[in-house]
Amino acid sequence: MSHHDDDQAANGHTRRHALECMLWAGTGVLWTMAAGVPVSRGLLGTAQAAETTGFSFLQISDSHIGFAKPANPHADATLKEAIGKVKAMPGKPAFMLHTGDITHLSKPAEFDTAAQLIGESGLDVHYVPGEHDLVDEGEGKAYLERYGKNTKGAGWYAFDQAGVHFVGLVNVVGLKAGGMGSLGAEQLAWLADDLKTKSDSTPIVVFAHIPLYALYPQWGWGTDDGDQALAMLKRFGSVTVLNGHIHQLMQKVEGNVTFHTARSTAFPQPEPGKAPSPGPMLVPAEKLRGLLGVRNVVYMPGQASLAVTDTALADAS
Amino acid sequence: MMARRCLLKRVLSLAMAGMAFTLLLAAGARAEDAAAPAPAAAADGIVVKIENFTFNPAVLTVKPGTTVTFLNADDIPHSVVETDKKFKSKPLDTGNKFSMTFADAGEISYYCGFHSHMTGKIIVKP
Repeated sequence: MSHHDDDQAANGHTRRHALECMLWAGTGVLWTMAAGVPVSRGLLGTAQAAETTGFSFLQISDSHIGFAKPANPHADATLKEAIGKVKAMPGKPAFMLHTGDITHLSKPAEFDTAAQLIGESGLDVHYVPGEHDLVDEGEGKAYLERYGKNTKGAGWYAFDQAGVHFVGLVNVVGLKAGGMGSLGAEQLAWLADDLKTKSDSTPIVVFAHIPLYALYPQWGWGTDDGDQALAMLKRFGSVTVLNGHIHQLMQKVEGNVTFHTARSTAFPQPEPGKAPSPGPMLVPAEKLRGLLGVRNVVYMPGQASLAVTDTALADAS
Repeated sequence: MMARRCLLKRVLSLAMAGMAFTLLLAAGARAEDAAAPAPAAAADGIVVKIENFTFNPAVLTVKPGTTVTFLNADDIPHSVVETDKKFKSKPLDTGNKFSMTFADAGEISYYCGFHSHMTGKIIVKP
């Protein structure tokens, strides 16, 4: 049941129809990447995945606690809803990633509110900062005091979970005039050293705030020296890159590397080039929760690609 | 039900093509449009307005001793950072201002500390 065409051959249109209905109902279809082509894994989605010997983890992003503009006057309430989705996920996720812009203006009260709301998940959370998390007087001191334990430099680190190597990168420090996101020489040297001992067959998950590739440079959506990091990752058979920043779903496959940008829990942004500039996008109130959401990622040993499922706040749990 | 299935097929085919799951974005309007700030007071001197992720005007020529006020008219914070960090503003939320007086002739380049692709220049000459 791991290939869409097999499903159709075996079950004809009935299964396809049911699959579509499941998607419509927001139950969640597991997408996996095989040879660069996304395929649905089957009807049971995350429930089926939870029965394997792999593990799942979650990603939330861009909670922007403190944001209260017309695009979403209640960023705290939508984060709370997102955590509600997290708690309703079938199976027990191993942990959650937060890919930055936890807060809107790095204020202590914003960090406190975020910590309280996210803490409701009951999960370990691994953070990387967004540019909005580093604008306190100490230029990142507030973030590092809270989330910098066991990290290097501006907050980068790596850890392992059941054979998968996770790398959290910081690409929102040392920004240069006219440039995009930046990793910097010190972090790149650390990354090269960190990956040195890993075999080519080690599944790698990299997470950072800004996309590592030039997704839309006109709006600064990319990382100036991201190519150097990606070059180091080329030899690995399975690389998944997760990020936030652009507040919408985007996917790209390049060789063995799959890039996924995540939805925000606070407000949507326009599609690249579809507006005069990036920034909070005002949508009719009933549309907002269809554009905010959380992500579930499933790793199964022996499968080259991780299964990524995005659930909007508007979807049924 | 047919209409829903058609939409589903479009969503599925877009997803398969590796494109964004963003059909619902089409009806969006710009948030900034809803919150126009009050006009800057004369006391602000010359104003550089920050809107749609640009400094306007991006290049401004003033006489020595001129005070320039940066006003954020976007719905997202920006800041003003001199290229070599000789000066920088605090984060400017919507409607916030930052003023600098440029005493000496010269060229001052700056960028936004949040969005470094945003750049501007002040040319100070007698």
